[in-house]
Amino acid sequence: MFRIVEKTEPVPNTHLVTIEAPKVAAKCQPGQFVIVMVDDRSERVPLSLADWDAQAGTLTVPVFEVGRSSRKIAMLQTGDHLAHLIGPLGRPFPIAKHGTVVCAGGCYGLAAIYPIARAMKQAGNRVVCVLEARSHYLYYQHDRLAEVADELLFATIDGSRDRKGHACDVLSDMLAQKRSMDFVVAVGCPFMMMLCGDATRSAAVPTWACLNPIIVDGTGMCGACRVTVAGQTRFACVDGPFFDAHQVDWDELFHRQAAYLGDEVQAVGQTDAPLHPHHHH
Amino acid sequence: MPDSTSKKPPRPKTPRQPMPEQPAEVRIDNFDEVPSGYTPELAVTEALRCLLCKKPRCVAGCPVNIDIPGFIKLIQERKFDEAARKIKEENALPAICGRVCPQEDQCEKVCVLGVKGEPVAIGRLERFVADCERAHGDVRLPKCAPPTGRKVAVVGAGPAGLTVAGDLVLLGHKVTIFEALHKPGGVLMYGIPQFRLPKEIVEAEVQYLTQLGVELVTDFVVGKLDSVDELLAQGFDAVFIGTGAGLPMFMNIPGENLVGVYSANEYLTRSNLMKAYLFPEYDTPTIRRKTVVVVGGGNVAMDAARTARRLGAQVTIVYRRSRAEMPARIEEIEHAEQEGIGFELLTNPTRILGNDQRQVVGIECLRMELGEPDDSGRRRPVPVDGSEFVIDVDTVVMALGNKPNPLVPQTTAGLEVSRWGTIVADEQTMQTSKPGVFAGGDIVSGAATVILAMGQAKIAAKAMHEYLNTLPPGKDRQG
Repeated sequence: MFRIVEKTEPVPNTHLVTIEAPKVAAKCQPGQFVIVMVDDRSERVPLSLADWDAQAGTLTVPVFEVGRSSRKIAMLQTGDHLAHLIGPLGRPFPIAKHGTVVCAGGCYGLAAIYPIARAMKQAGNRVVCVLEARSHYLYYQHDRLAEVADELLFATIDGSRDRKGHACDVLSDMLAQKRSMDFVVAVGCPFMMMLCGDATRSAAVPTWACLNPIIVDGTGMCGACRVTVAGQTRFACVDGPFFDAHQVDWDELFHRQAAYLGDEVQAVGQTDAPLHPHHHH
Repeated sequence: MPDSTSKKPPRPKTPRQPMPEQPAEVRIDNFDEVPSGYTPELAVTEALRCLLCKKPRCVAGCPVNIDIPGFIKLIQERKFDEAARKIKEENALPAICGRVCPQEDQCEKVCVLGVKGEPVAIGRLERFVADCERAHGDVRLPKCAPPTGRKVAVVGAGPAGLTVAGDLVLLGHKVTIFEALHKPGGVLMYGIPQFRLPKEIVEAEVQYLTQLGVELVTDFVVGKLDSVDELLAQGFDAVFIGTGAGLPMFMNIPGENLVGVYSANEYLTRSNLMKAYLFPEYDTPTIRRKTVVVVGGGNVAMDAARTARRLGAQVTIVYRRSRAEMPARIEEIEHAEQEGIGFELLTNPTRILGNDQRQVVGIECLRMELGEPDDSGRRRPVPVDGSEFVIDVDTVVMALGNKPNPLVPQTTAGLEVSRWGTIVADEQTMQTSKPGVFAGGDIVSGAATVILAMGQAKIAAKAMHEYLNTLPPGKDRQG
């Protein structure tokens, strides 16, 4: 059993869950993820890491309520226990000195981009964080990002804070203004990450995206998480989760992610959980 | 059966006893076990067919060398629980092996009764006594040897790992099993369906091991958490790697990543381990679809096809050779046929067709004919030009076999690996190139059977015991 030592809901429908898992916390590296199960009947839900503390023996994951299983996690409170936590999974993200690194985050990625931004800063990069939300009140964790970022830029879809539009629009602005941009990492919904890749493609700025397909076992055993990158089938759980955003078959990922939407709708009806239509702009 | 004038072997008077089983039209609507097992009367009748040979060939035919005449004699005497304990001297998992071993290729293949008639139903008897003992709630624990002070780490709680653990704990070593998934059992849990191997049985046999003193740690991915080297550094005196062949193969044909295409591993894991067939009682979404093609001809293909049938689908198995070359057990093929599963033999998929939502709508196949024998001795399938046709389906399950999972080999320094990704181990000892590290099961042999994995595990356990005994006293360990 894994105890929840803190749970907050910094903005509606997005939760930060800090869990006691000393063995896992001691091994986490930027870019990795964990799988959690609330109880023995739960799905195995992959969650990116927002942070970890090897000394305290804890790790923190963002949970965006999007359906039945994420709601089940979101309903837990401080002091509750998770039946299972497996990790750290996936390949660590390669941290290197590139020059100016743009870390783009949206949705759960506002939290999950943090370990990479921090590591990139520690590696001697100038770090610019580009954050996207629907509206000004949906930002969270930006204070923490401000501690490791040289610059913080905001985009809101309703125009209520700074740039009206998406993270990709900020990237396009930066490129148009000939501002330095040597490397981009995007963490968020696939649509947001795809657009970031589109924005940097013509300028050929290396851009990496954290793919989040459906995952079952998370150790390469089932292949549910197949993605096509540069024409090759890859398993996001063991070959990723980060891939070259310019080479990902995004349309395939959108459809594979939605494979169980019909089943989910059926189940949500039976469990009275809310369904949030996810990032269709 | 006609009488014979020859003196030996004496001809049995009773025929081989069948096991009662659910009729096909009933069982396709449930996930309950297909055969209900022998009654005591059937078991005794069957046991009495055994000649109790002085030089039993069946024992040599068994990868774990169970004293088969020994336990069958006890059934003849109606000492069912004692018969189970007799098996457990060699095999800690009889309820599992009685169900999933290919006895027709092992002990029963060499049974002397099989020369002119039908062999003794050894597997059914093994299953019967194991179930008896469990049903009586009188599972006795054998005495473990006095503690040796040696610690062993077993990586993977599948058939090989469970067997090694069972043998070494009896010899007095402290055994800890590290399992990546949230439940122990490996392929017994995620791969083999409920209707062939009820998960309660796997749980009971695992519980037996923990009662013997084996420590079980789930949710522990060796190589991501501690590596094999770290386990050794933390004071484990030896490590057994039994991580299996858990990396699914695909055909690399167009359309394989469409929505509705699964590896058999995913399809079966969803149903067996995650219990998607009980969705929404369990949270992992259902895989109920209308029309399913399963590609492949092995036991896993039969398992996937029969699972799909029980989930309400019309199912077709597509296999590129003929029925005679199918690697699946005859019994599994017959069960699939009885359950109304269609077979498109000598047929090979060329591409999977999708709609604008990237969902599967069909699979294009090519007819094949058999040519000259290939390296495996089976006749090579050759495509028939222009024979393409399409089967309309909404789901395709690829049951083409598995490759070894690379996670542990990749993260263990100095471990020799073959070009197929299997760990290289000495056949006599299952010792790897790394001192103190042994391996067995599918991570060594590629992709084989539960019992072969257990056979290798027994060899490994014996060699590990010898290795542990040669270690100098104290914590020192070579390498």
